[in-house]
Amino acid sequence: MTDSDKVITLEKAVKRFISDGCHISFGGFTVNRQPMAAVYEMIRQGLKNLHVYMHSGGQALDILIGAGCIKAVEIAYGANGRFAPTCVRFRQAVESGKLLVEDYSNYQMTLRFMAGAMGVPFLPVKSGMGTDIEKRWGFDSEMRRSDPRLPDRKLIVQNNPFSEQEPESVVLVPAIHPDVTVIHAQQADRQGTVRIRGLTFADVEQARASRSVIVTCEELVETEVLRAEPDRNQIPFFTIAAVVHVPYGAHPTACYHYYDYDAQHLNRYRRLALNDRRFSDYLDEYVFSMDNHEAYLKKIGDEVLGRIRAVPPYGYTPGLKRG
Amino acid sequence: MAIAAAREIHDGEIVFCGTGISLLAAMAAKCIHAPGAIIFFETGAIDPDLKEIPLTVADSRLMYGSSNNAGLGEAFAIMQNPFLGARLVGILGAAQVDRFGNLNSTCLGDYSKPKVRFPGSGGACDVGSFVGRTMVFIRQELRRFVEELDYFTTPGYFTGPGERERHGYKHGGPACVISDKAVMRFDAETKEMYLYRCFPGTAAAEIQESTGFPIDLSRAGELDPPTAEELRILRRVVDPQRLILDP
Repeated sequence: MTDSDKVITLEKAVKRFISDGCHISFGGFTVNRQPMAAVYEMIRQGLKNLHVYMHSGGQALDILIGAGCIKAVEIAYGANGRFAPTCVRFRQAVESGKLLVEDYSNYQMTLRFMAGAMGVPFLPVKSGMGTDIEKRWGFDSEMRRSDPRLPDRKLIVQNNPFSEQEPESVVLVPAIHPDVTVIHAQQADRQGTVRIRGLTFADVEQARASRSVIVTCEELVETEVLRAEPDRNQIPFFTIAAVVHVPYGAHPTACYHYYDYDAQHLNRYRRLALNDRRFSDYLDEYVFSMDNHEAYLKKIGDEVLGRIRAVPPYGYTPGLKRG
Repeated sequence: MAIAAAREIHDGEIVFCGTGISLLAAMAAKCIHAPGAIIFFETGAIDPDLKEIPLTVADSRLMYGSSNNAGLGEAFAIMQNPFLGARLVGILGAAQVDRFGNLNSTCLGDYSKPKVRFPGSGGACDVGSFVGRTMVFIRQELRRFVEELDYFTTPGYFTGPGERERHGYKHGGPACVISDKAVMRFDAETKEMYLYRCFPGTAAAEIQESTGFPIDLSRAGELDPPTAEELRILRRVVDPQRLILDP
């Protein structure tokens, strides 16, 4: 029943599975369960020219863009909800022409991951016919030809072949097969069985679509614990390449039943990110000058981590100062 | 705005919500006149027990006490399903709207090098494509009510009657646009936006001045002002921390 023990350090996991020019996807959604510790480690290791797939990218997307790690993104959304109505470094990078973007919708991106997970080249959807999501490409034909991992076309609108009597348009969206996907989950065992609590977003599809998967987790638990309640596990162990135990690995984003988002940190980040020098200082302070995530957590401090600790049965922190 | 939108939500409806003012409207409707309304989110949370207002659609606050916590795949499949989707009302925000209720939430200027970049569709294009009717929130400004969108993110009625169907959509389209000054609806024949109700204290002529295309003012009336009870619920029950009312 077991695969080998896959527990390694974050530094080794990033070195082994992520390299310059990788096509990579990140789990989570805006300010929840973004694999931030892994993202900080990627920035420390100086990864470049990444091609990123997300549905609703938030903090992970923004800081990687700001740190200059990303060349191109395929996304539906770049915001942190009320903490950033448009992600600041994302916006700045697109407006200054430093970042290539191809826009889809959230469901289209989800189906693209699902197609990748299922091993079919595309899936149909009835969303966006006749809009600029259909008509405007972010990547030109030359870029598509230069990288065999990219589909020849952004998407295709055609008639439903099962309904010749009554023509009906559908959109075909191409599958995604990332080289690597990074997700942050509440629990995993040493072999890589994963238990996510709360909304799974599209993490399961993203993981299954990918050549390799790194899972960072709040708790590393015994296999028997997860197997006592298999109905609550979402990702089978043999799809996982590396398991990394990283408590508070999603900070400053939230992790349901473990901690809330760090609202003050996110608000402060938004203000600092508006200015190039201050953003660079932020990276120095919280990423480059930290040896690892334990050092980062020491810097954040027990007081702050205590303040955002999730309260049962809610899974978040009632009364948290969020303004 | 929140109260005007809350009044558009009927008891027993399934309401697709984003965050911000759309959520205020749905939560207020549930407390005031539509206790059976079901709130659901694109991230997969269905009918959660919202004890505090969520600040994103991925907020852990919408995972507590829900009927089930699924994912994006399930949530959008519910909307796209022809039986369930028709029963849904979706609430959307946007940066620009045109006279046929098409929306832009992607960028201003040329898409390849925009003057201003916004977050993008998120689930908006999906919601505008799938659900039975949508409501749109947007500030009444010339740069927002435009003759031509800079980028066409979310389908409304395209260029007029029959066009939505011609592009392959089974049903849906915007029912109303709610701004900080008025409520607008769409003519059943022409699918063009017309002024339905002004907020108290706003003249119909002001709406034309802040709308970048000719808008029919002939059917305009005045909206009933918010009642003391509606305001009490909004300020004391729905958003007592004033996270959205006074951000």
